[in-house]
Amino acid sequence: MSVKHPPSAYTYLRHKKKFPHVWCPGCGIGIVMGAIIRAVDGLGLDQNHVAIISGIGCTSRMPVYMDFNTMHTTHGRALAFATGLKLVRPDMHIIVVMGDGDALAIGGNHFIHAARRNIGLTAVILNNHIYGMTGGQVSPSTPVGMVATTAPYGNTDPPFPITDLSIAAGAAYVARSTVYHSHELEKYIRTGLEVPGFAVIEAVSYCHTTVGRLNKLGGAVEMMRNLKETSLTRRMAEKRSPEELEGKIVRGVFYHDACRKEYCALYQEIQEKAGGAKLAARRISSMEMV
Amino acid sequence: MTMPRMMQGNEACAAGAIAAGCLFFGGYPITPSTDIAEHLARELPRVGGVFIQMEDEIASMAAVIGASIGGAKAMTATSGPGFSLMQENIGYAAMTEVPCVVVNVMRLGPSTGRPTSPSQGDVMQARWGSHGDHPIIALAPASVLECFEMTVRAFNLSERYRIPVIVLIDEVVGHMREKVILPPREDIKVLERLRPSEPPEWYKPYGSSPSDVPPLAPFGSGYRYHITGLHHDEAGFPTNRVNEVRPWTRRIFRKIKANVHRIARCETDGVEDARTVIVAYGSVARAASEAIKTARAKRRKVGLLRLQTLWPFPTRTVDAVCREARRVIVPEMNLGQMAIEVERIVGDRKVRRVNRIDGEMITPREILDAIEGK
Repeated sequence: MSVKHPPSAYTYLRHKKKFPHVWCPGCGIGIVMGAIIRAVDGLGLDQNHVAIISGIGCTSRMPVYMDFNTMHTTHGRALAFATGLKLVRPDMHIIVVMGDGDALAIGGNHFIHAARRNIGLTAVILNNHIYGMTGGQVSPSTPVGMVATTAPYGNTDPPFPITDLSIAAGAAYVARSTVYHSHELEKYIRTGLEVPGFAVIEAVSYCHTTVGRLNKLGGAVEMMRNLKETSLTRRMAEKRSPEELEGKIVRGVFYHDACRKEYCALYQEIQEKAGGAKLAARRISSMEMV
Repeated sequence: MTMPRMMQGNEACAAGAIAAGCLFFGGYPITPSTDIAEHLARELPRVGGVFIQMEDEIASMAAVIGASIGGAKAMTATSGPGFSLMQENIGYAAMTEVPCVVVNVMRLGPSTGRPTSPSQGDVMQARWGSHGDHPIIALAPASVLECFEMTVRAFNLSERYRIPVIVLIDEVVGHMREKVILPPREDIKVLERLRPSEPPEWYKPYGSSPSDVPPLAPFGSGYRYHITGLHHDEAGFPTNRVNEVRPWTRRIFRKIKANVHRIARCETDGVEDARTVIVAYGSVARAASEAIKTARAKRRKVGLLRLQTLWPFPTRTVDAVCREARRVIVPEMNLGQMAIEVERIVGDRKVRRVNRIDGEMITPREILDAIEGK
């Protein structure tokens, strides 16, 4: 059996310009980045037609390393920036990478509204349960009881169930995997890119530098092993009781609605009604590659 | 388009946006600016553009920048509280040098204040609202026709200098209806941002250039590059190096400072031999004109210097016009935000302020009283 090399990583990385990266050794963010690159490559998307947009935080440093149209925006607002870009360039594939704090706390409003509109963006939320870049403060996905620098006696605030929230808000595709299951993650991101509407892929990761140290959960290896041992597929989870699922990570596709109209397509209908659809189409084709 | 018609300031602003080639509006309803959004919700899809009502003003400003980087001329319109929410992303646009237009129809603040009452209280917010030092351009129309013209100009300046441009309309002008004759399409000068001509691998979105305004490639045009709110090098990648941060900061200030004479516009009326000069802008300048008419009938030598551009401040013009005058009167619907600038130039002993912050207009009578030294 011939070994399949990761698809020409050099094609997609700004290897000459931006490395070494800022992440701690052993961090899961690189795995998510790899999964995104493989998903894009697997679909054979033109790099010129892919944009990666992020907010602020460890995860949001990702775009700078990738050779696409990349934009590192303000904290929590990546989806709003991406909404503007997508509406004027509906032909582009736009991936929005966010951390849990970025997407769910400061960006929570933009997140539910992007899902409500079902705009064709692929939102990858890297959930490491903490604010890593600022040194380990509680985030809206920190489990209750976990110690953080701003919850020295343990976190009291219940975490957001990201997948439930996404489905309730109207996302067309909702899936979850972990950085241990990198191939599965790649598959979900790939499907997310193919779905015309708003796709949410939660990539569960860890922060050994802050969470691991503060909660004595070990280093990157132990935390990675933990992802392997505490996670199970949806099918497996269906056979377990809620008590048995306590503290477990359920992986899988939670929602996939292929019928719901994507927002830009809906707006195109508006443009047709108003009589400007042809102008819009001409404008978009004039923006195409030089 | 050239027929005389009755038009409202906000409506003229929306018409100006369409005339300037605006193709994207992202906004959130707020009195007294909402008419602009309503007009553009109807007009933009007709010309192949996009209107979206975002979830808040923060998102609106973000979407505007996103659309602009996608190659569309983009704007938003808001009022004081919304303008405050937009500040972080206005700073982002200044930092990343992405053209965009923000219309702020000023209402009485602070906070919720009086939503339908006029004010000029956001003059300093327009200048310093976002954190950190950065240049900004702000225009102040005083008539319905100027709402049209200055919105076109705001887009042109924004595209030429890669900078956010603020249009500060006060509520009186925004909601005022008067007869206008809009210029025919062929007379409207519309500028487009400079696009790169070099091959993508040589492109530097923040490179040095003789004009200090590097070309801007839209996303998806084959030029792949990075945009960040972090301090960045010429290629757009984050940097902590002093020798890359400093030249960038100098360049973004230089691109405006070197062009103040092109950007900052004023209008004068009888200032040549004036003993008293009134420095005003927006609707207050109209009251000043009326006061001057009455004063001149009483043989008083009074002139008007109307600021059409507030930022960058037209320092040289103000200095030249006010130097020989004995008195300078600065009436404004705030507690002297522009008076501070005038005093900085002509000295505070010569300046008399006329202020109102109760949500009522400054009347010609109040300005006349100041002229007569009452």
